[in-house]
Amino acid sequence: MFAPVYLDHNATSPLDPAVREAMLPYLGARFGNASSRHEYGRHARAAIDAARGQVAAAVGAHPTEVIFTSGGSEANNLFIKGAAAMRKPGRVAVSAIEHPCVREAARRLARQGWAFDEIGVDSQGVVDGADFSAKLSAAPTLVSIMLANNETGVLQDIATLAAEARRRGAWFHTDAVQALGKVPVDFRRLGVNALTVSAHKIYGPIGVGALVVDKRVELAPLIDGGGQERGLRSGTENLAAIVGFGLACELAESRREADATRLAQLKAQLEHGLGGLGAIVFSADVPRLAGTSFFAFPGIDGETLVGKLDRAGFACASGSACSSANPEPSKTLLAMGVAPEVARGAIRVSVGRATTQEDVNRFQVVLSEELNKLRGLTAMAS
Amino acid sequence: MLKFPIYLDYSATTPIDPRVVEAMIPYLSEHFGNPASRSHAYGWEAEKAVELARADVAALVNADPKEIVWTSGATESDNLAIKGAAQFYQSKGKHIITLKTEHKAVLDTCRELERQGFEVTYLDVQEDGLLNLDAFRAALRDDTTVVSVMMVNNEVGVIQPIEEIGEICRERGIIFHVDAAQATGKVDIDLQKLKVDLMSFSAHKTYGPKGIGALYVRRKPRVRLIAQMHGGGHERGMRSGTLATHQIVGMGVAFRLAREEMATENVRIGLLRDKLMNGLTDIEATYVNGDIAKRVPHNLNISFAYVEGESLIMAIKDVAVSSGSACTSASLEPSYVLRALGRNDELAHSSIRFSIGRFTTEEEVDYTIDLLHRKISKLRELSPLWEMVQEGVDLNTVQWAAH
Repeated sequence: MFAPVYLDHNATSPLDPAVREAMLPYLGARFGNASSRHEYGRHARAAIDAARGQVAAAVGAHPTEVIFTSGGSEANNLFIKGAAAMRKPGRVAVSAIEHPCVREAARRLARQGWAFDEIGVDSQGVVDGADFSAKLSAAPTLVSIMLANNETGVLQDIATLAAEARRRGAWFHTDAVQALGKVPVDFRRLGVNALTVSAHKIYGPIGVGALVVDKRVELAPLIDGGGQERGLRSGTENLAAIVGFGLACELAESRREADATRLAQLKAQLEHGLGGLGAIVFSADVPRLAGTSFFAFPGIDGETLVGKLDRAGFACASGSACSSANPEPSKTLLAMGVAPEVARGAIRVSVGRATTQEDVNRFQVVLSEELNKLRGLTAMAS
Repeated sequence: MLKFPIYLDYSATTPIDPRVVEAMIPYLSEHFGNPASRSHAYGWEAEKAVELARADVAALVNADPKEIVWTSGATESDNLAIKGAAQFYQSKGKHIITLKTEHKAVLDTCRELERQGFEVTYLDVQEDGLLNLDAFRAALRDDTTVVSVMMVNNEVGVIQPIEEIGEICRERGIIFHVDAAQATGKVDIDLQKLKVDLMSFSAHKTYGPKGIGALYVRRKPRVRLIAQMHGGGHERGMRSGTLATHQIVGMGVAFRLAREEMATENVRIGLLRDKLMNGLTDIEATYVNGDIAKRVPHNLNISFAYVEGESLIMAIKDVAVSSGSACTSASLEPSYVLRALGRNDELAHSSIRFSIGRFTTEEEVDYTIDLLHRKISKLRELSPLWEMVQEGVDLNTVQWAAH
């Protein structure tokens, strides 16, 4: 079987075999509905409680603060729409580089009479302090800024931003989907009122995530019904996926430092090579996730190069997966002031647990070959 | 060899068919891609699997694959359908009609819409659990925009007259939503014939995995919805969020198996259910809840008079059954569905839902019949009420002293 080297871990990560093993019994004999009172149901409930404990422990929260959802998108929607529904219309402020599920959920609040503000970032993709203060002075009720960006991997100083936002009386939420398992994500230390996590970015299954939320934040559910998840998220619990999420969280936390060290080495190796090939590495000067490199070669179309790399056996991306059907250049890069023609050349390489030094070496060789071919074509055409 | 407790709660959730799990495994292993990744083979592989499954789900209900939107389950589908349609068409009117016996996912969604300024009529059902069409017609108003009626009731298994309701709704240009979570694989559903605009499906009631469902959204005539979850614009903007490939694959196979096997399977299950029913109605003072003819073969809901519900459940721990729907089983309230059928609190309290399915055996049914006979006569021996009834006292004439 043709199995390209997978360099797109920010889109989704392969399921950890131990997580799969943990899930299988719940796809088999332990199939109960957690709301049933008989033995099948009680076993399911116990498994969900255990997983809730594992997720809570990974983010330093109390188990009762964890609300399971179908994934990061739903958790982000739940916070923004759910918190807004319990309040009089006010202002919502989100950074200019949020995942579309935060940005679009916030923009939709306009229909209920909310004002929408976007907080700018600097040329490295870091939230602009002056703009942040300016937007805070308009007294937003809700603020959401992601911990780690899905494209550039840039880390924001959430603890400082959250403290300031809360001082001004705002509820602060952070999308920590890309950060979990890669940098410390501690609910209390970050000082946020809510944060979003997802299983499939940390070698867990697709289809489950959680909103971790401070009980003082009144929320209205997005999905009404049987009253599961303290009434905040109805629907029969996704038992096997929740069990997998719990273990994935535990593994991610226990491996975090070792993984981060190794991934940082791979990234350094990769970016050293990229420099030699004439790449612009975005956000190169600021703290980023260990495994993420976002770069472009001036004059080379990102889509085309990514297509060539795929055929040569390397799976990477020209931007985030959810917008990869969209030919528009990356919103994150545009917000950083990158010229659209440069942004159109962007390629994202995100390495992970299974990536080896050898993979990165081979990638660089192939990248260099493909670049030479494309540059040759460009030279001929001009 | 009997395995205890015997699982007779298929309406709460079904075991996943081993053939379904087998099909899911590769997507929990080497085919782990994000179906939205358009730049590499991992993504394409996942997307291909998602589209195959979409076709399988559509085929079971004779719909076009383009009319199928993936969700996290029937609860989300119900929310998306009813809120999405009510909100989209609110300039035409703000009146919704549903039944008192609907699932909580529909009822609580309607309650939420009431808070948003909509008006909802919750119709009574007849004693047999079915909607009276004249009562339905009488409830329609000029500003009625959405009607939501479940195909098969989760507690008593009765099948509502969906075809007739659909005709009435279409004639008046009303959006008709049907919760079919309990219907797939149990009754034939032909969406070319039925005038249904929106239909909710769940995988885990049809031998598929939990955490995945779908909403059918009719294209001709076109039905519009306001999305309830925003983001990357997946599912043509109707439902954002990374698609859970393995779960979708599981749902596809589960629905394909249902299509291929339901005809023969339902005959077998019907025979088992009838055996169970005959065996249990042998017991004195038992009442079957809901119409027997217009009912799925999987369901039997019986009230056992003069036994206390909680003690009964405790006494028959060898069988895993439910005294109502799973979602409300944490509460000690008697079933609102049985009360809507006109059962008094005592009878509603001492009711058991037996729901059987693909893996139920005759031996399990025999054991269950015998167990209920033994336990009910034991419980009634302890019951002063039963003693009075045996002595010919009419309990309705007794004046009870307060204490």
